[in-house]
Amino acid sequence: MITIQGKGVSTGVAEGPLYFYKRAVTTLKRYTVEDTESEWNRFKDAQQKCIDQLGELAEKAREEAGDEAAMLFETHQMMAEDLDYEETIQALIMEEANNAEAAVTDTSVQFAEMFASMDDTYMQARAADVKDVSDRILNILYGVVQGGIDSDVPVILAADDLAPSETIQLDKNKILAFVTEGGSSSSHTAILARTMGIPAIVGLGDQMKPEFEGRPAMVDGSTGQVYVDPDEGTVANLRDKRRRQLEYQQMLDELKGKENVTLDGQHIRVFCNIGSPEDVHSVLLNDADGVGLFRSEFLYLNCDDYPTEDYQFEAYKKALSDMDGREVIIRTLDIGADKQIGYFELPKEENPALGNRALRICLNRPEIFHTQLRALYRASAYGHLGIMFPMVTSVWEVREAKKMCEQVKSELKAEGIPYDEHVQVGIMIETPAAAVISDRLAKEVDFFSCGTNDLTQYTLACDRQNNDLGRFFNPHHPAVLRLLKMVTDNAHKNGIWVGICGELGADLELTETFLSIGIDELSVSPRSVLPLRKKIRETDVSKVRDELMDDLLGEGKIF
Amino acid sequence: MKEFEFVVTDPVGIHARPAGNLVKEIKKYTDSKISLTKGEKTVDGLRLMAVMGLGVKQGETVKFTVEGGDEDAVVESLSAWLKENL
Repeated sequence: MITIQGKGVSTGVAEGPLYFYKRAVTTLKRYTVEDTESEWNRFKDAQQKCIDQLGELAEKAREEAGDEAAMLFETHQMMAEDLDYEETIQALIMEEANNAEAAVTDTSVQFAEMFASMDDTYMQARAADVKDVSDRILNILYGVVQGGIDSDVPVILAADDLAPSETIQLDKNKILAFVTEGGSSSSHTAILARTMGIPAIVGLGDQMKPEFEGRPAMVDGSTGQVYVDPDEGTVANLRDKRRRQLEYQQMLDELKGKENVTLDGQHIRVFCNIGSPEDVHSVLLNDADGVGLFRSEFLYLNCDDYPTEDYQFEAYKKALSDMDGREVIIRTLDIGADKQIGYFELPKEENPALGNRALRICLNRPEIFHTQLRALYRASAYGHLGIMFPMVTSVWEVREAKKMCEQVKSELKAEGIPYDEHVQVGIMIETPAAAVISDRLAKEVDFFSCGTNDLTQYTLACDRQNNDLGRFFNPHHPAVLRLLKMVTDNAHKNGIWVGICGELGADLELTETFLSIGIDELSVSPRSVLPLRKKIRETDVSKVRDELMDDLLGEGKIF
Repeated sequence: MKEFEFVVTDPVGIHARPAGNLVKEIKKYTDSKISLTKGEKTVDGLRLMAVMGLGVKQGETVKFTVEGGDEDAVVESLSAWLKENL
């Protein structure tokens, strides 16, 4: 048995084979084939698999986002079986004895060039479609697996770290746990694991060896340990631990349907953070009151080009109607910094966290923002929508964004398209600037939602992605908590509500502090809803408030 | 052989998705060979990349040629489909 230690960032015990995430191969080998007939058949098999995969993706897209989203994959399917495309490949294999990989690559380039040379930017962009389809066939020829998991049974997935665009494409049913070499508790893999309710261990570094591939393993997310080839005793212990966790889960399940109210009668709303419409399922399963943060980035990460208004509309509409009247707060596009998307063609920056990101991109490129707002307001007719803007630092930004909302509303009105007049518009408080001027910002919006991950990073000048800064990145720092108190007071003075949608909201050590400060809503990952409800129901705020506030605001406790 | 002309009114022209839909529609007429001509260039209506390669934009005229099968019926139902979808 080999035991390696990392940092547990999502709890739970998992048991299964360990597999490494497979990235697409990019180096092409060229050679002359002897048996052209069987090489041609090898291509035909790969082509058929490609068509089958695209068919499955089309169905998945149809379920998640409607017919228009499915059409993209269906068009790709037709490209894969296009006669011109196929005949060009056939000639290269049968007549020139090229290997299939070389034939597909050259044909892909030839067709992509045809599109790229057309006098129309939209058609030029179709070069990417040809390349996408060809890459899929190439990956099949190379034996690389779409979605990165080369196993029929669910696995413990190992990786250096996963990019957001990679996590979104993973086949989630095949993952029992994540174990990564890099990453931190706020990395995307960690957040995804908590949303999925499965264990994750990060920061394993070079202890992860390629020879572990396919070997039986167990992970314990609460201790951060990974066991490769676990011995009998370990297996028995961990299975026992898993059983106890299941019992705990049963106890939590009994809290479903109960109110989020303290012993002394203070109510607080518990909402969920989600990243795609399919997560709504776990929101309802965990009995949350609503969705406090719906990250809209998935729509952009899922596409090779800017998602259309209709495509976005279908996805928002689905989430809103599935939530069946419960509030859903959708955050407008938040990319830049650590989340990059190729087709946005954002220039490289020295300091991406301080750069062109989130609302700044939207205000600099109003056409992108306009499309998203139209989709959001159209969807508002199908449920209870709230909209919030990320990365605000100034009042003028909020006014400019709201002006755009008003413009979209009057357009829809003129076009006779239904929308909800009473959509609440709020902002994220995630920069020290926004917190410090929250008295002024409160007069502009219907609510605040504090993004504690970025608020901590910016307040403490400490990069949350940097492994080595762990002990300096302290979200319990009084500077952060004092800002939260200040924001809450300013919100309440102006009659608006305030929530927390960062990781901190689920931190049970701070629940009493948040209740004492008077936070109105906590938005957490779905699996944190019931433990949080349990903690709230066990708290008597009247007994702890004075001491906690004295700790926070007085000279008392040294953090 | 029957021919007819059609002016594309779809604001995006015959782009990827509309082209995909068009090829799908043309596939239904299994007894006829249907080709599209824009300017000097004629392509087989079953070949998606070639149809996209015509780069037809809004307001441009495409000539459809139908050979074989019940040509009159094909012309009628295909032009009805085009009016509805493109």
